[in-house]
Amino acid sequence: MTRLTPAPDLPAFLGMPPFPEAAPAGLANATQRANLTHATRTIRTKRAVRASEVSNWDDLRTAGMQIRNRALRNLDQYLVQAEQAMTEAGVTVHWARDADEANRIVVDLVRAKQADEVIKIKSMVTQEIDLNEALEAAGVAAWETDLAELIVQLGHDRPSHILVPAIHRNRTEVRDIFRAEMGQWGRPAPDDLTDDPAVLAEAARLHLREKFLRAKVAISGGNFIVAETGTLVIVESEGNGRMCLTLPETLISVVGIEKIVPTFADLEVMLRLLPRSSTGERMNPYTSFITGVTSGDGPQERHVVLLDNGRTNVLADEVGRAALRCIRCSACLNVCPVYERVGGHAYGSVYPGPIGAILTPQLRGLDSPVDRALPFASSLCGACNDVCPVRIPISDILVHLRGKVVEHKTATHPTPESIAFAAVASTMASSRRLGLVQRGSELVGRALGLVGRRRLPRLPWPASLWLRDRDLAAPAKQTFRDWWRQRERGERP
Amino acid sequence: MTSRPSVALFATCINDTMFPGTAIATVRLLERLGCTVTFPEAQTCCGQMLTNTGYIAQAEPVVRTFVRAFEGADYVVGPSGSCVGSARHQHPMIASKVGDEGLRRASETLNQRVFELSEFLVDVLGVTDVGAWFPHRVTFHPTCHSIRVAGVGDRPQRLLREVGGIDLVDLPDADQCCGFGGTFSVKNPDVSVSMGSDKARSAVSTGAEYLVAGDNSCLMHIGGLLSRSKSPVTPIHLAEILASTREDPR
Repeated sequence: MTRLTPAPDLPAFLGMPPFPEAAPAGLANATQRANLTHATRTIRTKRAVRASEVSNWDDLRTAGMQIRNRALRNLDQYLVQAEQAMTEAGVTVHWARDADEANRIVVDLVRAKQADEVIKIKSMVTQEIDLNEALEAAGVAAWETDLAELIVQLGHDRPSHILVPAIHRNRTEVRDIFRAEMGQWGRPAPDDLTDDPAVLAEAARLHLREKFLRAKVAISGGNFIVAETGTLVIVESEGNGRMCLTLPETLISVVGIEKIVPTFADLEVMLRLLPRSSTGERMNPYTSFITGVTSGDGPQERHVVLLDNGRTNVLADEVGRAALRCIRCSACLNVCPVYERVGGHAYGSVYPGPIGAILTPQLRGLDSPVDRALPFASSLCGACNDVCPVRIPISDILVHLRGKVVEHKTATHPTPESIAFAAVASTMASSRRLGLVQRGSELVGRALGLVGRRRLPRLPWPASLWLRDRDLAAPAKQTFRDWWRQRERGERP
Repeated sequence: MTSRPSVALFATCINDTMFPGTAIATVRLLERLGCTVTFPEAQTCCGQMLTNTGYIAQAEPVVRTFVRAFEGADYVVGPSGSCVGSARHQHPMIASKVGDEGLRRASETLNQRVFELSEFLVDVLGVTDVGAWFPHRVTFHPTCHSIRVAGVGDRPQRLLREVGGIDLVDLPDADQCCGFGGTFSVKNPDVSVSMGSDKARSAVSTGAEYLVAGDNSCLMHIGGLLSRSKSPVTPIHLAEILASTREDPR
C-alpha cells in the first residue's frame, strides 16, 4: 500500500528491546555519537551561560516549581476554569481519556472539514499518541513543518530528542535525506543542494511553503494553557508555528491536561525559564498567544483536545507527580552522560533521557520490560536535577520508581535478584552478620586462592558483568574491622 | 578548635571490606589532627545499594542500624561523599516511606552531625593545611554524589592544594560522571564502561601518577578500567593523600 507520508518501517517503538539491550547499538553508532557529543555539549554550554546571566536564577527555578505545583495541586479547578474561558472565547473543548480517544476526536474533526492533509507544529503530545499514523490510516497526510521534525519525517526516522528531534543527524545526512525524499512528497530539493545550513534551510522553506499555502487544517500541541484567560501559548523558533497558527482556517490543538498555568502573570516566570533552559537563548524567537477566535484574523474554527493518557495516574503518586511539572525544555537530556552516549531511540519512547526515564514508566505503567528498565537507565549522577528549571528531583523519582519496579516484579514470587538482595539486607542490618559474611568470603577467597592476588581472575556470571571490561582488586587480607580490633587489643600501633 | 573533638568513624562497608587502607588513613589523619577516634562496631553500611536498586523497604533495618550505631556520637565522619550523602538525603526518606516517624526524626537529628571527611576537616576542624606530604602529580575527580548529594563543594581541592610537594593538575571534563552508579555498573554495563573509559582517558591525558577522589566506589570502577588497559595512573582515596606525611609517607 502506498503511503501518503514517509514513516519508519516499523510502527512506533514496537518490539524494541529494553534499554540495556538497546543501548549498545547507540554506543556503537560512531556518527550518531559524534553528532550527539557535539550537539549536547554546545547546547549545555549555552544553557549554563544563559542561566548564569540571571542573578536570581535559582529563585526563578523555585518560582517555576511553585507555579507548576500550584497548577497541579488544583488541576481539577483550573481545567474547568480553562474550559470555560476557552468556550466563552469561541473554542470547542474536547476531553480525551487516552490516545485512541484523542486520535478519534482529531480524525473526526479533520474529516468534517473534508481535508486530506494537515500541517503540524512540532508537538510532543501528538507523537505520544502517534497521531500522524492515525491520520494516515484515515487517509489524511500529516506534514511536519518544524525543520528538524521534517528531517526526521523525510528520513523515515524517529525523533531522538525532545527539543532537537534530529540531533542524531549531521548536515551531510540532512542533505542526503532532502535530495532523496523531498521530490517524492512535494517540491523537490534544488539540484545544487549543498550541506550548507542556510542552503538546507532554504530548501526546507520552499518545500514547506506550498504546504503552508494549501493546508486548510493545522494541528498543534501547546506549551501552556492559561486557566484564567483560556489562552493557548505556543513557543517555537522557526516561524513555522506562526504560519500554522495564522494561515489555515481550522486549528486543532492537542494539549496534555498538565500544561495549565493558573494566571497570565505566571507566564512571566515560565517564559524566562523555558528558552534559557532549552535552546540557551535569552528570549524565545516566536511566542504565540492565541485566545479564542477573532473574526477575520487567524483560524476561524478552533478546537482544543485536553488529553489525560495516564497523567491522572501520575498525579496520584505523591513522589512521581513532580514529573508533571516538566515544561519539555530538555536541559536534562543535554547534561545526561547516558543520553549523550546512547541517544534517544534506546529509551523506547518519544520522551527520552532523564525526564523520559521517569515520565514514560509512569504514563504507560510497568507492564512491559521496556518501561520497567527505564528507571534503571541512569547512573544517578544527578546532573539533571541541577539544571531542571522547575526543580524536578529526577534522581529521587528514579529511585522511587525502581522501588515500584521491584514491587511489580516480586508481586507474585521472588526473583533471583530479590533473593540476593534480601541476603544483602539481612547482612547489612547487623554488624555481627556482616562480620560473619566478611569472614566467610575471606575463607572462600583463600580457598580459591584469590586473597593476596593483585586482581581477580575471570569469574562466571554475575561477576562477569563487572569483569568483562574491568579489573577488580582481590579482597583485602584484613578488613578494617579486624585491623581496628587488633589495634584496640594493643597488637598494632 | 581547641578541645579534642570526639569522632565516630563511619568506615563504610566498601572501605571496611575492600579498601581498609582508606579507613586506616582516615583514623591516622584525624588522630594526627587531634581528634579522638572511635569505631562503633555496630555499624554496617548506608544501605544505598539496596535503596538505589529499588529495595527501599529492605533498606529500613540498615537505616535503623546506622542510627543506633552512631546515635551517641558527637561527630560522625565518613570518607565517602556517596555514603554520607545517602545517610543525609535518603535515610529520612526511607523512614518516611515505611511510615516510621520516630526513625525519620532520629535520622534527621543524627544527620546534623554526619560529615564527609573533607567537610569535617574544613568546616569543623577549620583546617585546609593538614600537614600532608605527597610529592606526586595528582589529578582530582569530584565524584557526583560528593558534589551533588553531599554538597562538599571545593573542599577536597582546598585540602589538596595545601599538600606539601603535590603537583595538582586539572582533570578534563571533571564534572562528568564516571559511570559507576552502583548496580548501574552491572545492569547497564556497556554504558557504564563507556562512561568510565572516557573518565580513565581523561585521567591518563593529564600525565598524573594518581587519580584522587573522595569515593572508593567510583575509584574501584575507574581503577578497574585503568588496570585493564594497563594505564600508568593509580587510583587513590583523598584520605590516603592527606594521611601521608614526610615522616610517614604512603
